[in-house]
Formats: sequence, C-alpha cells, structure tokens
Amino acid sequence: MELIKLTIDNRTVEVEKGTTIFHAAKKLGIEIPTLCYMNLNDLNIEHKPGGCRVCVVEVEGRRNLAPSCATECVEGMVVKTNSIRVLNSRRTVLELILSDHPFDCLICAKSGNCDLQSLAIKMGVRSIPFQGAKSTYKPDFSPAIIRDMDKCIMCRRCETMCNDFQTVGVLSGINRGFEAVVAPAFERDLDHSECTYCGQCVAVCPTGALTEVDHTPQVIRALADPAKTVVVQTAPAVRAALGEEFGLEPGTLVTGKLAAALRRLGFDYVFDTDFAADLTIMEEGSELLDRLGKFLNGDKSVKLPMLTSCCPGWVNFFEHNFTDLLDVPSTARSPQQMFGSIAKSYFAEKIKVDRKNMVVVSIMPCVAKKFECTREEFKVDGNPDVDFSISTRELAALIKGSNIDFNSLPDEDYDNPLGESTGAGVIFGVTGGVIEAAVRTAYELHTKKTLDKVDFKQLRGLEGIRAASVDFDGVEIKIGIAHGLGNARKLLEDVRAGKSEFHAIEIMACPGGCIGGGGQPLHHGNSAILKARSKAIYTEDEMKVLRKSHENPYIIKLYEEYLGKPLSDKAHHLLHTHYFAKETTHIDID
Amino acid sequence: MTSVKLKLKEKDVQKIKEICKSFNNDPGELINVLHKTQEFFGYLPAEVQEEVALGLNIPVAKVYGVVTFYSFFTMLPKGRYPISICTGTACYVRGAEKVLDEFKRILKVSVGETTPDGKFSLTCLRCVGACGLAPVVMVGDKTYGRVTTDGVKDILKEYENE
Repeated sequence: MELIKLTIDNRTVEVEKGTTIFHAAKKLGIEIPTLCYMNLNDLNIEHKPGGCRVCVVEVEGRRNLAPSCATECVEGMVVKTNSIRVLNSRRTVLELILSDHPFDCLICAKSGNCDLQSLAIKMGVRSIPFQGAKSTYKPDFSPAIIRDMDKCIMCRRCETMCNDFQTVGVLSGINRGFEAVVAPAFERDLDHSECTYCGQCVAVCPTGALTEVDHTPQVIRALADPAKTVVVQTAPAVRAALGEEFGLEPGTLVTGKLAAALRRLGFDYVFDTDFAADLTIMEEGSELLDRLGKFLNGDKSVKLPMLTSCCPGWVNFFEHNFTDLLDVPSTARSPQQMFGSIAKSYFAEKIKVDRKNMVVVSIMPCVAKKFECTREEFKVDGNPDVDFSISTRELAALIKGSNIDFNSLPDEDYDNPLGESTGAGVIFGVTGGVIEAAVRTAYELHTKKTLDKVDFKQLRGLEGIRAASVDFDGVEIKIGIAHGLGNARKLLEDVRAGKSEFHAIEIMACPGGCIGGGGQPLHHGNSAILKARSKAIYTEDEMKVLRKSHENPYIIKLYEEYLGKPLSDKAHHLLHTHYFAKETTHIDID
Repeated sequence: MTSVKLKLKEKDVQKIKEICKSFNNDPGELINVLHKTQEFFGYLPAEVQEEVALGLNIPVAKVYGVVTFYSFFTMLPKGRYPISICTGTACYVRGAEKVLDEFKRILKVSVGETTPDGKFSLTCLRCVGACGLAPVVMVGDKTYGRVTTDGVKDILKEYENE
C-alpha cells in the first residue's frame, strides 16, 4: 500500500494511492459539497461522474479547477477547497443549475429532503442572476413512479442504480447539450418500458425529479367515509425505519408507536403484514417441501431451485427478463397480496362486511407494491384485494399532517386476528430473512423434530450474493441468497444454464432487502443506516415468544376455520398466483 | 427525436446480427455497429436499435442514448434528394437563414425532417469551404451558390419531374 502526502487547506494529510481529493479532505474533516457524487460503499457502488462541478477545488499548478470527487491525489499536491476562486465558481455552477430548475420548492414532494435545496441553503443563494430558457418535459405518471424531468439536474445517479446495480437498463442519458435528459429508450413512458418499479432511482434522486406516486389523499378520503371499513397492514421493514422520519436514531424500533399512530389516524383495524408473512411461509415452505420431496424421490420433472416470490420488483424483473423460467419461482403471492386476499374474504366474512365496503391499505417500504396491488389477477370483480399502498415516507407525512406527536405516542398492540405474528414474519424485512423463516418451518415439518436453535446466522449478512447450506436431518439443503437485481441476474443465469446447485433461492430487489426499499426514509447512500435497520429487525425477532410461522395460533386457526391445509384448493385460489411473460421488445417480424 | 416506424423483415434482422457479429458482439463497438447499420438501412429506426441492443446484449436505452447524442445518426430516412443549407458564418451573414426559411415554407418540413413523399429532406451544415459562393445550398452532391430566397423555387423545380 503506497501512501501519498498532500496539503489541503494548509493542513497535511496522508492517504492511500488512488484516493480522491474528496475523500482525502473528508479525512481532515473538510466536507466538500457535491450533487452528483454517490457512494454506497458496502454495495460496491461509487458514482463519480464529475458532472455537476459543485465539488471543484483549486489545485496548485493546475490551470483549471478540479472536480474533487473524480481527481486522484498526487504526492505533494497543494489543494484549496475554499479559496475565493473556488467559492465563486461553485456559486456560479449552483446558480446556473438553479436557473434551469423550477421554483416550486414549497410544494415539491422532495421539499425538506432535497440535496439541491440543502446546497442552496448552505451556500446562502438569494438571487439567480441568470435568466434564460428552461428545459421542460412532459411529466411521466406510471402506476408507481413519477418522472418530472424539469427537476432533473443530470447527476445520473438513477442511471447508475438502474443500469449498474439493478441491470434493469431502463434509464439512459439521451440527447445532448441543453436538451440532454435521462429517459427510457425512445422517450417511452416508464409504463411502456421494462421498469420493475424497484424505486432505487427514486431512493437516490437528489431532487424531486423522481418521486413515488402519492396515494395518501385516497387513504384520507377512505378514512373519512363512514360507509367504509378501513383495514391497514404494515410491512416488517417499516417499523425499523419509520422513526428516522421523526428524528429517531436509525435502527430504532417503533412497532408499538406505529400501531398507535395508525389507530389515531382512524383505521378501523390495525393489522400486520407479518401475519401474512407467516402465511406465506406456510404456503411457500410447503411448496418447497413438496418440490424437494419429489425431487429427492427421483422425480426429475420437478423444477429446482425454487425461488421466492415476495418481492414485486423481482417478480417484474423476471417477467421481463427470464420469461423462459416462469415456472421456477414459487407460486405463492407476496405477503401484501395474501393479506389483502384474506382480509377481503375470511376477515370480511367474519365481521360481515361486503368486500366492496372494505378498504385495505398497506404501509410498505416499497414503490413496486403500488404497482403490484393494481395487477388484474389480484382483483375480484374489479375490486382490488389491496386498495392503496403507501410508502414509509408517505405514512410519516400523513402522521405529521394529522397533528400526531409520534415520539410521545404509547406503545400499542396490533388487532387480532390478522395482527398476530411470529419472529419469522418479522425477518421478511431483511435480505436472507424470508429463506430463514422458510427453513425454520420447512425443517420442522420435514424432520418432525423441534429446532433447538432458530437462528440461522449463515443466511444473514449484507453481501450481494450469499451461499449457505442447512442440514435437514442428514439431507443438505443448499440455499442461495441475492439482493439487488444485478446479483439476482447472476444467480438466474446459472439457473438458466443448468449450473445452479441450489435447492432454494431468495431474491430481493433492493439493497439489504426491504429495509433498503425504494419507499423507505432516504438513507442518502449511508449503508450504516441499512445495518442499523437490519439489526433492529433481528432484535424484534429475538423478542418474540413465537419465532416459527407454523406456531402462530391465528395462522393455525385460519387453516382450521377456512383454508383447510397449506396448498389446498382454497389456499391455491386465494394465496397463489401465476406469472406472465412481458414483451421486452416491440419488433414484429414478417 | 421524431422517428418513423419500420417493420423489420427476417433478412434485415439477420443483417443486423451479422453486423454485430462482425464486431464480436462487443458492447464497446456500439458506435461502429451503428455506423455500419445506418450505412445499410439509411437511418436507425427504433426497431433497428432494439435489434442492435439484443445483438450487443446492452439495454436499448443505451443505444438510443448514443443515437440521440451524435448528430450523424438519424432516426428518419433521408429524402431521395437531401437538401443541406450551409449556416456557417459567411453563409449566415449573407442570408442563409432566409433561404432556409423559404425551403421550410415551400416543403412544409422542419430541419431534420423529410417530406411525406420521401423526395426531399432538409438539414443544416456548417461550412462546405465555398464561402466565396455564400450562401451555399447542396442538393445531394450538387452545389448551388449565391442562393436567394427567389432562387429556392428554381432549385426545387430542377427536381420536379424526377
């Protein structure tokens, strides 16, 4: 390791060869502002196009200013980060960016959470001396994501997430000069592209150019309608992140306050998606055992590995990219949809409410869930099983707007019967969690023995692709785990090539799983936040008395009273789905 | 970018595959592949770009990004008689813009477009090295000098019966 000595703002610093000026300055406690730079170090993503020119610094002996995020340190370099030349230049760059940016900050969805706004505040910009043309584009409203390219500053972070990390490849910089913008091919709407709605572009967008579709107005209207019974479900990952929106430390569990807040908002029944996660395990775990049993008995027609199907971004991804493997994922619906289906059948019948008068709202860490709940196959006579899906961020805004002091709320419990869950349901929120939950149940159902230890630490972690094996009483079950669609693609290509050795694979579209979902409070590229959320999820699991899905008393009751047994006809009808090949090109050949 | 829809024939698809293969299906050769492809088709409609993307195993958005970045690439077929008006400094000061406006008025197309009958397309270029003849107009390989607004219809008349 070669070390380099340089001077930044009259102070000496020693750094490794290859370090950029930006990072060397950070070592001295000097925070050089940036707009386009993004560093998700634990995910191996560093985006430094040097495009915004906000991070420029003066380097002695160099004629022009250097972008610090993309300039490597050299022995003996003398750098100034706050000379009058740098400050003037930085201000001019910012003023030029602002001169082509709408001034609707007050009503922008990103207001208060916008990197451009923060920088303008930091630099004390009070006027914009440049008057001229502004670029305008037609806004693109998809079922989950809104693209308002008038607000795009061409940082191109979204492109890096979409292309390099997710390998979805929908977004690209197009045109040049003043007309340059990020868009799907042929400027199609997202709805007509291969977008998976994973929302990772939304999660990294520094401005209001990419935002999620806001369904809170519809939720407020439903809550105010006395004719409607409004039922809410909360996804596992929400409780580990919502607190951040109220100034709490990342990783603070707010499960009890979350339930209390929802009750104060006026929801008639406060339920938990974790219950449906337990139900998912019953169905998906049974399916795995069914497939595995047949396979081990020599039935070669059985498709293995089996892939999890909880993540709607992932489902969209394989429907576009792996149309030849549609029979590989589990047919089990996602917990959100299982919940909706059971709420509007079993529960609606129980409380004698017509499904048309029941509104099911889901609180999700996710953007793709907004699309998932609009799928035709999840409707009965046009009535959706889940009416509205709102993100963790939208819920926070709803709570703030309803005069609720979140931090002083008492801890309350979920309602029954659809609010009871086990630790297995909770860990759905983190990468590796679904498969760990499945293993806990599948092991006991298969071996008829009780697990001494329910923690399968070999399945945990933040590495993009992980492989582990679990001993099922003499039978070694090989498990693959991927988070991030680029990692998923690698595992899928092995499956396609017949090279995969795994019996089961868990896939989550977002970094870290749902805890890093596109609808979560923005982590601004800080992976320590993801680690803290992950820790919170495992803590909640450990605090639970019941930690195996098949021990959930309300799940047992649901099967006794309504579904019969896992994979029964009724369970298939209500809890399973099928997948569709989506056209990826528009060529028709004569 | 405005474009024209094209229904690809099987042999066209094969041709694109061949071109990609001749560059080892290397994504780094995208610009060269597009050059060859445009040479063959005359332009790069969406359907062709999608085949190129498949051939090089890259997102079609990337292909479109490159096509829209370089002015050499076009998504519109050129007319049988491509008209280019020089808007370089010398031609510009001697009234090229008025000449351009007259072409636009008569042909009812904008710069970069082709007449619906496919006969004429209109583009601007910067300096053909004949500044002494400014303003200069080219139709195909033929050069016209000292063009006036009144002269525009005379130029077009030459191609009336072709």
